[in-house]
Amino acid sequence: MMRLGLIIVVTIVAAALLAPWLLPWDPSFQDLPNRLQGPTWAHWFGLDELGRDILARVLLGARVSLLVGTIVVGVSSVAGMVIGAVSGYYGGRIDQVIGRVMDVLMAFPGMLLAIALVAVLGPSLTNVVLALALIGWVGYARLVRGQVLRAREFEYVVAARALGASTARLLIRHVMPTALPPVMVQATLGMAGAMLSEAALSFLGLGVQPPTPSWGTMINGGRVHLLDAPHLTIFPGLCLAVVVLGFNFLGDGLRDAVDPKK
Amino acid sequence: MSAVVRFLVRRMLLTIPVLLGVATLVFSLIHLVPGDPAQAMLGDGAAPQDIAELRSNLGLDRPLPAQYVAFLRSAFTGDLGTSFRTGQPVTQMIAERVPATAELALGAMAVAVVLAIPLGIVGAVWRRTLADHAAMTFSLAGISIPNFWLGPILAIVFSVELGWLPVSGRGTLAHLVLPAVSLGLALAAILARMTRASLLDELGELYVRAARARGVSPAGAVLGHAMRNSLIPLVTIVALQFGAVLTGAVITETIFAWPGIGRLLIQSIGFRDYPLVQGCILLIAVTYVTVNLITDLLYGVLDPRIRLE
Repeated sequence: MMRLGLIIVVTIVAAALLAPWLLPWDPSFQDLPNRLQGPTWAHWFGLDELGRDILARVLLGARVSLLVGTIVVGVSSVAGMVIGAVSGYYGGRIDQVIGRVMDVLMAFPGMLLAIALVAVLGPSLTNVVLALALIGWVGYARLVRGQVLRAREFEYVVAARALGASTARLLIRHVMPTALPPVMVQATLGMAGAMLSEAALSFLGLGVQPPTPSWGTMINGGRVHLLDAPHLTIFPGLCLAVVVLGFNFLGDGLRDAVDPKK
Repeated sequence: MSAVVRFLVRRMLLTIPVLLGVATLVFSLIHLVPGDPAQAMLGDGAAPQDIAELRSNLGLDRPLPAQYVAFLRSAFTGDLGTSFRTGQPVTQMIAERVPATAELALGAMAVAVVLAIPLGIVGAVWRRTLADHAAMTFSLAGISIPNFWLGPILAIVFSVELGWLPVSGRGTLAHLVLPAVSLGLALAAILARMTRASLLDELGELYVRAARARGVSPAGAVLGHAMRNSLIPLVTIVALQFGAVLTGAVITETIFAWPGIGRLLIQSIGFRDYPLVQGCILLIAVTYVTVNLITDLLYGVLDPRIRLE
């Protein structure tokens, strides 16, 4: 399964990166006389309501989706690791304050806070990234805090401290490496989550705004033509589901690989 | 004071700062609006006196600490202000939508449990066989398929092509089927994986082997012994996933024109009706915290080890 996940992810990333050179169709070119045309040999995924090639737009949408996923996972994992490490290592009042902040953020179900933040900040790609990163760091922080609490009592860490290693060195060189494998698993699964969340927000009209292609926006736009041109909805959703499945396969495989019990 | 009562009191007290934090965050939302919230609600062409009046109605002309105290006091008494668009009390508007969302959430959870338990049992009993791989692949696919895509696809197949079920609205049980399946599938996927893992743990226990040694049939050992114990952690997972169901309901209600709180939230965002947005977010978050609290309390009563932590 992990291999299948890796193949899916690598294929989609490569296709998204190489999209401008792969496709003979300009994603913004409008073939109005043939609008809503179903899949053909020339246009594998058909044409949308403005006669634009859906495959070209799906691949451009993949770029947006992967970009959001990468930035959200990058920012929230780094922030979560730093906050979790500080919280777990120092303990005491710092740990309590960070713990209460995390409790409050976790009191909001899943994406609700992201919806609320984007609703007040205004719909845009930047605000989507900001909102998702703002709620995303908590999972990493909790994970790393737990690992650090455990690792700081390891004999080699105690020995390094006794030898005079600075706190920064202790955390970076000795403690954090023990937390990296589970963080990598969480980051892989987090990519899937961030891409789904971006698409959901865009579907609700709170994320990427037209004419920039996004899978969520394309699915939402296709709902109007559900009866006469279902391919507008089917292909972007299918791509999203396959990519998310790929990241989930990969994350699951990684989890099994780093879990000593397996 | 007995250990159970001490645990219950301590767990309930711990919820107070969380609820206060939730209320603070919801209060802050309107102040995160870029520029003047009253201007944003009325639009660029609004007259200055209208903006000033709205600012006054929303209490935005008062000092921030006074606004905060007034918000907390009102929220505590169930007064969430007045809708900017309809002029109705926010609490009343939300209360009218609660039954629809509750119906959808319960329907989705029922769908999830009905699908997940057999899949989890198949995965655990026939571990590492084709049936197990099929069940777990279905489960991962369920997690990966977005409900905002699944909903329209189900509508095409079962409403448009087959004509079996209504495509939108609320009223009969038939109206509930598509939204509940669309919302419940992801939860079913997660639950199936948890059922499998939990049941595998129990199947390795000595009491299951002892039951088999006493002549209990394989099915009896699974269903009568191992399954009962593996259900306890599942109850927690169902409760924890309640938040995901509530968030998913926002999307599902929008797709199927289901008249619940989620749809109300999205409509209020569209109208920049910030008091209503705040009310919906607060209610969903408080419901989530309360469900988690009740689950923790029940779990603590059922399992003495939790009380000692």
